[in-house]
Amino acid sequence: MKWILVAVIVAATTIGEVLQAAGMRKHGEIHDFRPNALGRAAGALVRNRFVIGGVLAMAVSFFAFLKLLSVSDLSFAVPVSAVTYAMETLLARYILKERVNARRWAGAALVIFGVALVSL
Amino acid sequence: MHSDAARLRVKTWLFTVIVVLSNAFGDFFMKRGVPDSAHLSTPLQYIAVLFQPWVAVGVALLVVWQMSRMALLSWADLSYVLPVTSIGYVVVALIGKILLNETISARRWAGILLIVAGVSLVGAGTAVSTVARKGPPR
Repeated sequence: MKWILVAVIVAATTIGEVLQAAGMRKHGEIHDFRPNALGRAAGALVRNRFVIGGVLAMAVSFFAFLKLLSVSDLSFAVPVSAVTYAMETLLARYILKERVNARRWAGAALVIFGVALVSL
Repeated sequence: MHSDAARLRVKTWLFTVIVVLSNAFGDFFMKRGVPDSAHLSTPLQYIAVLFQPWVAVGVALLVVWQMSRMALLSWADLSYVLPVTSIGYVVVALIGKILLNETISARRWAGILLIVAGVSLVGAGTAVSTVARKGPPR
């Protein structure tokens, strides 16, 4: 049960955040922070399919996380995010086609080991 | 062109700070607000707990967190935002030490050092790598 939930959380979080990033990129840079313009941006984003998909996937991840907390303790649940970071960096490179240079790979690796150490 | 890059850099740093602080303090107020005795089993109890004052502050901060994170992703790469915002783990550990008098073990200090190193490495680079990225609609 624990491991099924972990798999669901990692998959849903990864898919959700990659979809959110893809949706925001499709929308383009938010540069006008006046209330009217922000309202227009929000109106466009709630109709953005990538953003909608991202929110749904993150909702699945959230409830699976709550369920995981009820069947295991936090120290087991939190290091899961280190695995998610690794998956998302790979998808950023191969799905979002970001140029992940050596500096970013090295930084991501340090952060992943660091998060695992902090939360284990 | 150069001034545009500089403008984006300042904006990226500003939003990174907002994302990290709203997340860390949002979680902090949520933990502080949800009473240990709370029974969370029915959907109604989940909704009721949102009206505890500190929990409401926490939720408001977490809304700010999601909104500012989405704004940041509208111009910065996911492979930049992920490692850089993970400085939040360090902020959470320090909040725990300073405000809640929690002790930080040697293992956690080691993790904090690795995270700071990774964040510095990625943060010193550029936030935008993709060629196909759209600029602001003008």
